[in-house]
Amino acid sequence: MTRQQVLDLYFLDARHKLVEIAAFLDRVERAEGQDDFRLKNFRAALASLTGRKQHRAKRVLLAFSDPTTKPVAKAGGKGACGAWNPAP
Amino acid sequence: MKYIEPHAHMVSRVTDDYERMAVAGCQAVCEPAFWAGFDRSGPAGFYDYFSQLTEHEPRRAAKFGLKHFCWLCINSKEAEDVKLAEEVISLVPQFLDRPNVLGIGEIGLNKNSRNELRVFELQVELAARYNQLILVHTPHLEDKLKGTRLILDALKSDRRIRPERVIIDHVEEHTVEMVLDAGMWAGMTLYPETKCTPARAIDILETYGRERLWLNSACDWGISDPLAVPKTALEMKKRGHHAALVEKVIFDNPRKFLSQSKNFKRAF
Repeated sequence: MTRQQVLDLYFLDARHKLVEIAAFLDRVERAEGQDDFRLKNFRAALASLTGRKQHRAKRVLLAFSDPTTKPVAKAGGKGACGAWNPAP
Repeated sequence: MKYIEPHAHMVSRVTDDYERMAVAGCQAVCEPAFWAGFDRSGPAGFYDYFSQLTEHEPRRAAKFGLKHFCWLCINSKEAEDVKLAEEVISLVPQFLDRPNVLGIGEIGLNKNSRNELRVFELQVELAARYNQLILVHTPHLEDKLKGTRLILDALKSDRRIRPERVIIDHVEEHTVEMVLDAGMWAGMTLYPETKCTPARAIDILETYGRERLWLNSACDWGISDPLAVPKTALEMKKRGHHAALVEKVIFDNPRKFLSQSKNFKRAF
């Protein structure tokens, strides 16, 4: 596809998602209380979008990922929350 | 268009889904063993589940002209209890000769714990001993990167495991390259919120090539779409991909990998 075709097919969807992210950040900051590790990871992921470098999706996923390499002693539950907590 | 659904948990779906998949062009559905959404109370629950996968589901699918295949294992979400896992693993060999069994799966990791890794290695050992194909589940979200690395390290350290007989499922942009570089197959799962969207899956195809990659819905008891594969095929056509390439990704590629199973080859 040409760049124009990509824009024709995906621009409105991407615009919609960007507005949703902006509204989410406004909503979080409007609410009382403290941030947690998820928002810190989220802001780091957002920072990886700037500039003209490729592989943005990969960098966003890496920003949320557990970077350690050893198995944990015991599974602390079954679910995942979407962001790595360095101090659980 | 014809396609193969290589990963769907049909025990959790209504019969209407079989009909919709058949109407959409599905030729075969493959069902890995997985977590029921709750922990089973003991090995007998797994015996019944394996019977359901090898006896009941093929009959339900056949009503719509669909071939049904399955993979057997204990999943990683119930692998923290090693004693239970060992008992369940001991049940598996008696089912391996059943005509719709493809191999051992979906084994893997969930929270990347020592016990999960131990149970993963026990099931790799089972696959090696019985010369079975392997389907691997990689962890969700923040645990995927680390889990994929641990899984690849474990598989590469066992010289009996031939990489072309292993599919590593649920890859995303940060894990697909390491899987393909290891010589294994990679599955992209089209699942809302936590895995790939159709657009991102096609991006991965366009970036990393069309070989050793397949698409699946992994539809289950959660919010998920049993028609995610044909919908992604439609998205590929919107992007201008030729029909032959679409068919390669949604039919030829899974058929090529799965035909390493004598049961699959016999049926196709």
